[in-house]
Amino acid sequence: MTVEELEQKQADEQERQRGLENRIYCCTAAGCVSSGADRLKQALTDEVKAQGLDGKVEVCGTGCMGLCSRGPLVRSSKDDALYGNIEPAEAAALVRGAAEDQEKLAPFRIDTTAPFFAKQEKIVLANSGFVDPEKLPDYIAAGGYGALARAITEMSPQEVLEEIKASGLRGRGGAGYPTGLKWELVARQPAQPKYVVCNADEGDPGAFMDRSVLEGDPHRVLEGMAIAGYATGAQQGYIYVRGEYGLAILRLQAAIKQAEREKLLGNRVLETGFQFRVDIRIGAGAFVCGEETALIASIEGKRGQPRQRPPYPPESGLWGNPTLINNVETFGNVPAIITKGSAWFSAIGTPASKGTKVFALAGKINNTGLIEVPMGTTLRTILFDIGGGVPEGGEFKAAQTGGPSGGCIPAEFLDTPVDYESLAKIGSIMGSGGLIVMDDTSCLVDVARFFMEFCADESCGKCIPCRAGTVQMHDILHRITRGDCHEKDLKILEELAKLLREASLCGLGQTAPNPVMSTLRFFREEYEAHIRDHKCPAGHCSFDGKDGGGR
Amino acid sequence: MPLLAERFTAQAAPPRDNREKLLERAMSRHRYSGDSLIEVLHTAQELYGFLTPELLTKIARKLRLPPSRVLGVTTFYHFFSLAPKGEHSFIVCTGTACYVAGAQGLLETLERRCHCKSGGTSPDGKATIAAARCIGSCGLAPAVIYDGNIMARVKPDQLNAELDRIGVQ
Repeated sequence: MTVEELEQKQADEQERQRGLENRIYCCTAAGCVSSGADRLKQALTDEVKAQGLDGKVEVCGTGCMGLCSRGPLVRSSKDDALYGNIEPAEAAALVRGAAEDQEKLAPFRIDTTAPFFAKQEKIVLANSGFVDPEKLPDYIAAGGYGALARAITEMSPQEVLEEIKASGLRGRGGAGYPTGLKWELVARQPAQPKYVVCNADEGDPGAFMDRSVLEGDPHRVLEGMAIAGYATGAQQGYIYVRGEYGLAILRLQAAIKQAEREKLLGNRVLETGFQFRVDIRIGAGAFVCGEETALIASIEGKRGQPRQRPPYPPESGLWGNPTLINNVETFGNVPAIITKGSAWFSAIGTPASKGTKVFALAGKINNTGLIEVPMGTTLRTILFDIGGGVPEGGEFKAAQTGGPSGGCIPAEFLDTPVDYESLAKIGSIMGSGGLIVMDDTSCLVDVARFFMEFCADESCGKCIPCRAGTVQMHDILHRITRGDCHEKDLKILEELAKLLREASLCGLGQTAPNPVMSTLRFFREEYEAHIRDHKCPAGHCSFDGKDGGGR
Repeated sequence: MPLLAERFTAQAAPPRDNREKLLERAMSRHRYSGDSLIEVLHTAQELYGFLTPELLTKIARKLRLPPSRVLGVTTFYHFFSLAPKGEHSFIVCTGTACYVAGAQGLLETLERRCHCKSGGTSPDGKATIAAARCIGSCGLAPAVIYDGNIMARVKPDQLNAELDRIGVQ
């Protein structure tokens, strides 16, 4: 496909979609599927046939529409309405869409002007819920691959680099390293071949953003990778996906095949001299592989153990060659920056953290689901306006960000703006975007124990501070939750935390103490209640000396 | 939805003679490169359900890797299993959201009923139970993947009912 053909295809598909009487979008992401989205989609498809509306009404599946707690979700293009908790029995009315049907459907209608929708701003998730991830023309109609076309035909690699640098985009995997600088480091390396790696090993418990992006809009990530390849001089890309994400893997495989067939990836991208291929590497269940050097080892078919840095992957990565590693969401931002310009992007967010961030809301919160907000939005807005607050009967206690590397944020910091620096200041991290809300029935000592158990289990065993330290820390936390502990243990806990932070080889061990340290900082009285009075303020832990941890 | 978790579950084995050929094809597609070890192990486990010492030895020979490296990689990753799995599988998500919503209680129910620890198989071979780190369905917490299908907002009684239905002793 040439650039002209791409533009033609975009116009054709837009024309075709405009010609339809109605297009019904069914959310077929994991959340809705387990609420019966497959049956609903089938019922809608059957109903279109039964009413003889083939060619006039089209039913298609889409990625996550966000409001998972109201699944299955359906959007109808005719009246631009979103319906939730909808049963296959309503399929006939949805397809007909006549005036009396509208009335019947009213109770299922979701108010899209509610804060949940109004306070969001979507860049990475812009297509999620609006395009069929299995259909390339859908993505092209939404402007897809236009950024790649623009980059390789109108811009030099240096210009692409400058654009990304000017946008202020920072890595969305958690640490927030400026993306443009990373690209420049790789671009500057004289060695060939170079590689572009997409880190889709989303291992943080409580995070499902990357998965939703891959399942809902796989071409966006591929396009972002190809643009990165062009800017850095790489011709080969790898996506390292968690083995648990079966649907994401299938969608990616299909997307790569489609893109190669249409010459949007492969030897002569858009009939130019630029070549870029993408291969999938499937993870095998090791959290540490989210660390970049461990991820590289895993792609090379080895045990996923990190190594000493420097040299950093931009100098010496896959097979010793310059390698660019970015997260799914980071690549997801790239096409939009190239299309709309760095000035547009950098106008969103805060001075140091530009753009938006995707969060997965879960835990004790009314609107569980996937959201995208401008950087700098306060936690209060995210949790109470968008998230709808804690379900009745509960009282907000803490929000956990950053998974096992992050911390718990108490109520008094709810007005903290969510950006890299502000979160770090209160002892947490942005992390990849898991946001879990806990109410007064959640014991934070047990949550700290849970994360430490996770880290002890997932420690790769290469360096001793992490391998032994996490086990020791877990042992103390375990004893605290059983009331088998002394005051001095808290001191040991703090000493161990310092040791792990300073002496561990990679991020896993260095950040493993974070949940403990942040709960000790804000909820020390809970620890003390466990130790002194053998009481769990949340009523979660039992102290009858029985084995079984926090239960 | 079988797609998400089909890799978790023991699959119905295709005819025996075919499997060897399929594995060979996977290795030749990667030009018998040692770098493709993890990919090849994925394929082998998909075909055979679990990895036997014979299988690992064969893969080591074909990819020209020391057997120690193959075993080292196999045991490093949670995904690879060296023991056969039960007829049915229950995978309890123990991600943070599910944990807060009571996943531990679900796991304990399964362990008690199946007389085995997480990661094991009931003595009658009916059910394998496991804990997953986070299946990314946090909006549905607590979630269990039962034979590849996600069960949402699971209560221990539901698990008991399923275990009764499949006849776990």
